[in-house]
Amino acid sequence: MENTNTAAKREVISRKEFYKKFKKKSNAAEIWSRFLKNRTAVVGLIIFGIIVLLAIFAPLLVSYEEQAIKLDVYNRLQGPGNGHLFGTDEVGRDIFARIIYGARISLSVGISSVAVALLVGGILGSISGFYGGKIDDVIMRVMDVFLCLPDVLLALAIIATFGVSQINLVISIGLSFSPKFARIVRSAILTVRGSEYIEAARSIGAKDGHIILRYALVNCMGPIIVQVTLYVASAILTISGLSFLGLGIQAPTPEWGNMLASGRAFMRDEAYLVIAPGLAIFFTILSLNLLGDGLRDALDPRLKQ
Amino acid sequence: MIRYVVKRLIIIIPVIIALTFVVYSILYMAPGDPAQIILGNDYTEEAAAQVREDLGLDQPFIVQYFHYLGDLVRGDFGESYVSGESVGAQLFSRFPNTFKIVICAMIFCVAVGMPIGIWSAVRPNSIFSKVTMVIGLMGVSMPVFWLGLLLILFFAVHLGWFPASGMDDGWKSLVLPSLTVGANYMANTMRTTRSSMMEAIRQDYITTARAKGVREHDVIYDHALGNALMPTITVVGLNVGALLGGLVYCETVFSIPGTGRFLVESINKRDVPCVLGCLVIMAICVAVSNLIVDLIYAYIDPRIKAQYSGKGGRSK
Repeated sequence: MENTNTAAKREVISRKEFYKKFKKKSNAAEIWSRFLKNRTAVVGLIIFGIIVLLAIFAPLLVSYEEQAIKLDVYNRLQGPGNGHLFGTDEVGRDIFARIIYGARISLSVGISSVAVALLVGGILGSISGFYGGKIDDVIMRVMDVFLCLPDVLLALAIIATFGVSQINLVISIGLSFSPKFARIVRSAILTVRGSEYIEAARSIGAKDGHIILRYALVNCMGPIIVQVTLYVASAILTISGLSFLGLGIQAPTPEWGNMLASGRAFMRDEAYLVIAPGLAIFFTILSLNLLGDGLRDALDPRLKQ
Repeated sequence: MIRYVVKRLIIIIPVIIALTFVVYSILYMAPGDPAQIILGNDYTEEAAAQVREDLGLDQPFIVQYFHYLGDLVRGDFGESYVSGESVGAQLFSRFPNTFKIVICAMIFCVAVGMPIGIWSAVRPNSIFSKVTMVIGLMGVSMPVFWLGLLLILFFAVHLGWFPASGMDDGWKSLVLPSLTVGANYMANTMRTTRSSMMEAIRQDYITTARAKGVREHDVIYDHALGNALMPTITVVGLNVGALLGGLVYCETVFSIPGTGRFLVESINKRDVPCVLGCLVIMAICVAVSNLIVDLIYAYIDPRIKAQYSGKGGRSK
């Protein structure tokens, strides 16, 4: 009697556990839990999260006009400490303030230029992947030519033509990345093009544009999102690089690249002038790279070693 | 094999023409009147019209482009709007500096990146492997211009081993720029070598080779490496473009009179023929390096060899 009781009890518990253990998670939840298991990816997410939060709440922490822009020559070249976390630059501006305002510029320009690339490259890539045939050949051959040019050079060519400004920076980086996105989106579309649900959509009379947007693209977002993450990193790198050359964001607007360029003249004695902005770039790129790699592994566990 | 080489050599011509066309059409849209830049204070309507006629600027776009292309074939890159000097002469006096750094960076990347990648793939769980992966990740995330500044601070200012700028010190002045521009590239090569090597080691033919009793050394260096090399060569070859992009920063940081710095200076002066010349010569470099990658492929990959050695027979 006692025996059967415990047996029955055990079964009830194990059923509960079974339910808990094997209930099918949603796809997104599964990807998320795989992502959380990847320690380096989580570190990337945390670092990037901190940078984003600092950028968003920058006005609450420091004043743009007072600390990041206003010249204060009596307090120039103060080392780190003394009320200035990273010290002050050659005209007495607080380096920490300039770095977190620089994060706003880098992130917004970086993300918007990838958005431009995604839009232009996405349209070309989806047309090319969806229709195939001659259109595909023509678009992809043209893209191949653009891909031969390193993207920094392409961006420099566009800037040389249209001049230096923030909008031109977004356009030039966006356009120089779009051939890559055309390729990525095309290959993503190709993987789903032959699917039955695409055929089904077509059979109920859906228009091509509708099929591409609502059926094809939504089902191959994974690899595209991964690439977006990684390209935001390269966009930020390009922005600060061009600003370093004097062809991107112009002083006095704080930007990591132009901070490095202006600190360079004093770096022999005041190394912190080039260390802090460089670290800001480095950690942003590193965190986005970790995040992108982590997302890729989470989306496609087979790739993981 | 020769057929393949010839075919590849022929394909490169339209690629270069297309590249120059792309660059030419982007820069063609540049606002501002070249006549005004050339004449400066001597600007009059008549003189400007004369200059435009001399330069062929009054002709339609496509005619101008073919003129440019025709001159280019003869090695004539046009004349600078600002200084009036020949762009070709300026480019060729600077290009050797750029070329030297590119070659050193490539040697550095292949000589350091590949062996480390291989070793860390052979023992994926060792501390060595983990450390190199962290270094690799940092290398990929390191901005070229910042790394250059840090290297100057440490090796030139602090230790005084290498010069901080210029190209006057023989091999010594090549070390820091090549390290700077090659770090990214090396990290990339290392990561690719490692992952393709690990992929190769997992394959069945490796198990077979081991089961046959082949020595471990031969398994790794004969059986696995040969197959793992292909993606690595692709990365090394295709990243020459990125390397040239990085050189633009590197030459600025180290004040090296090379093509990259010339490009930046020309953009600042709005000197379109010089910008065009720099971009064209860099585009040609990229196209040529892609060609070289294809030829190495053909040399290494027996499948390509077989395809072109007549009647599809096995080749040797």
